Amino acid sequence: MRVLVIEDDPDAARFLVKGLKESGHVVDHADNGNDGLFLATSGKHDVMVIDRMLPGMNGLAIIEALRKEGRRTPVLILSALGEVDERVRGLRAGGDDYLTKPFAFAELLARIEALARRGEAETPKTTLVVDDLKMNLLARTVTRGGRSIELQPREFRLLEYLMRHAGHVVTRTMLLENVWDYHFDPQTNVIDVHISRLRQKIDKGFAQPLLHTVRGAGYSLHPPR
Amino acid sequence: MRLHLFRTSTFRFALVYVGLFATSALLLLGFIYVTTAGYASRQTDEVILAQIAGLAEQYRQRGLDGVATTIAQRAARNPRGHAVYLLADPARRRIVGNLDRWPREAVEPGWVEFLIEDPDTQGEAYRARAQFVQLAGGFHLLVGQDVQEQQRHQTLMISAMAWGGALTLALALIGGLLMSRATLQRVETINRASREIIRGDLSRRMPTRGTGDEFDQLAENLNAMLDQIARLMDGIRQVSDNIAHDLRTPLTRLRSRLEAARLSQADPAMRATIDELIADADALLSTFNALLRIAEIEAGRRRAAFEAVDLAEIARDAVELYEPVAQDKRQTIAADLASGAVAKGDRHLLAQAVANLLDNAIKYSPEGARIAVTTTVLPAGPVLSVADNGPGIPAEFRDKAVRRFFRLETSRSTPGTGLGLSLVSAVAKLHGARLALEDNAPGLRVTLAFEQKQGGAAIPI
Repeated sequence: MRVLVIEDDPDAARFLVKGLKESGHVVDHADNGNDGLFLATSGKHDVMVIDRMLPGMNGLAIIEALRKEGRRTPVLILSALGEVDERVRGLRAGGDDYLTKPFAFAELLARIEALARRGEAETPKTTLVVDDLKMNLLARTVTRGGRSIELQPREFRLLEYLMRHAGHVVTRTMLLENVWDYHFDPQTNVIDVHISRLRQKIDKGFAQPLLHTVRGAGYSLHPPR
Repeated sequence: MRLHLFRTSTFRFALVYVGLFATSALLLLGFIYVTTAGYASRQTDEVILAQIAGLAEQYRQRGLDGVATTIAQRAARNPRGHAVYLLADPARRRIVGNLDRWPREAVEPGWVEFLIEDPDTQGEAYRARAQFVQLAGGFHLLVGQDVQEQQRHQTLMISAMAWGGALTLALALIGGLLMSRATLQRVETINRASREIIRGDLSRRMPTRGTGDEFDQLAENLNAMLDQIARLMDGIRQVSDNIAHDLRTPLTRLRSRLEAARLSQADPAMRATIDELIADADALLSTFNALLRIAEIEAGRRRAAFEAVDLAEIARDAVELYEPVAQDKRQTIAADLASGAVAKGDRHLLAQAVANLLDNAIKYSPEGARIAVTTTVLPAGPVLSVADNGPGIPAEFRDKAVRRFFRLETSRSTPGTGLGLSLVSAVAKLHGARLALEDNAPGLRVTLAFEQKQGGAAIPI
C-alpha cells in the first residue's frame, strides 16, 4: 500500500520511511506542513502518518483541511505530546488513530495496516471465519471444528477483534484500547494473561494453533500456513 | 471548610463594638435623664425654698399674723392647686393653709413627701413634696408643690429611655450582624477562589469589585502573588518538559535504531540481545512517561474532561481485567460493588488509578491472598476501596508510600516503577478525593473517598 509520512524530525522520518519500505510499502515523505498538505490532496495514498507538530502548518490543521475537502483517507497522528487531552483533540480533528512518541515500529505498522483495512470490508458481517474457527455475531456463539466453545463476554470481544484482524499483527496496546477501552499502559502485562486464557479455549486439543505470538510486536490470529 | 458567622473575628469585633456602643448610649441617656428630670426636681425644691425664705422673712418682720395673711392669700389663689401651704400651731393643728390637716408623714423638719386626697376627684390622691420648717415660737410651717405630674414625667422618661436603649442595642446588634456578614461574604468569595486554586485550577483569580477598598487590595495582592506562582510553575514545567523532551528524544532514537538493527540482524543470539536492550529502553521510557503523566495530572489541566463516572463500573472492568492475573497467583478477587457510587471525574484516569491499586494488591500479596474491591455510598459521597490480606505497609511508611519512587525495601525485588501510588495520589487530588492507606489487619486497605457535592469539597492533604 501507499503511505504518506509527514514528519519534520529527520531521524524519525528516516526510521519510518526505512521501516515501511522494508515492510513492503510505498512511501512518500514531506518534512513540513505545506508540502504535506499538497501531497495529501493528491489522493493516491491508502493511509497517512502525520506528526502533530510541524513547521509551516500543524498536523491537526492538515487533517481538518483534508476532511473539509471530503477526503476520508485514514490518518494516524503521531505526537510527542504526553498530554492525554491531545489524543481526544487529535481524534476530534478527524484523525483515526493516535500514537504517542516514542513508539515501537511494530506498533505503528500494526496500526496503519489496521487503518488501511478499515476502508476495505465495511459490509456488516454476521459471521467471522478463520480456518475451522467460526464466530456467529448474532447468536454470539463460537465453534471450532464443529465443537462449541464457551467464552466470557470479554473473551468474546477479544476473539472478535482478533478475528476481524485475522492474518495481521495486533499489538497489546491496540487490544487494550479497542477491547477494554483502556488508554494507558498497565504496570503488569495483563493482556498476555488474557491471551493465554483464550488460547486455552480455542487452541487446546487442536492439532494446529490459530493464535500466534509475534515477538516484539503482539499477536496474530491466522490459519496454519 | 466554610467559615461560620458566629466564629468569625468580624462578628466578635461587631460584638465588642455593640458593647461599646451600648455603654456610651447608656451614659448618654443617663446624662440626659440627670439634666432634665433632675433639673425639674431641683427647680421645684428651689421654688419651695425661696417661698419658705420669703415666708420666714415675713414672720420675722410681721410675726405670725403676717405669715398667716400671706399664706391665706396664696392658698386662696391656689385652693387645690399645685402649691401646698399649711401653717400649724405647736400641736400641729391647722391655723391657715390649703391642707385640711397636718400630714402624718411630716414628723421631723426637712423634706417630706406625702399623698393628698383630692376631694374633687373622689379618692384620687396626688403626690406632693414639701419642706417642713419650725418657726420661732414652736409654729410649724409646711410649704410644698404637687410633684405628681413631674413624677409621671419621670417614669415616662425612664420607660422611654429603657425602650430607646433596648432598640438602640437591637439595632446595633442587627447592624453588627449585617456588617460582619457583608465582610464575611467578601472573605468567603476569596476563600472559595482559594479552594479552587488549591484544588489545581491555578488559572482562577480572586474576584474584585473595582472599588479599590481594602478587600480589593487584598484580592489584587493575592492575584499578583498567584501570577508570580503561575509564572514560576510555568518555568518549572517548561524546565521539566524540556528535560523530559530532551531525554525522551534520544531515548526514542535509541529505541528506533535498536529496532532497525534488529530488523536487519540475522543472528538469533544478537537479536535476543537487542530485544533485551529494547526492553531496557522501554522500561526507561515507561518511567519517563509515568512521571510526565503524573506531572500532567498534578497540573490539573484535565478537569475539563470531567463527567459523571460510575465507580462500580470502573471497578468491575478493572477486576475483570486483572482477575486472570490474580488467578495465576491463586489469589481471589471479591467484588462488592454498590450501585449508585457515582463520582464526577475523568473516566480514564479513575480507571488507571483503580488498575494501579489492583496491580499493587496482586503484585505485593503472596500466593493465595484474598483481595477485596468494594464501592460504597456514604452520606458524604461514594467510596472505593481495594484491600488485600498481604504483608501491608507498616504505619510509619504509609505517608511516604505515595511519594514518587518510594518502594518498601522488601519489595525491591518485585518489578515496578515505584510510581503506581503516586499516580493514584495525583488522580485523587485532581478529583478532590481523600486517599487513605489503612491497616487491613492483616494487609493493606486503600480507600478513595469522593465528595458528592462539587465545589464544597474538602481539600485533601
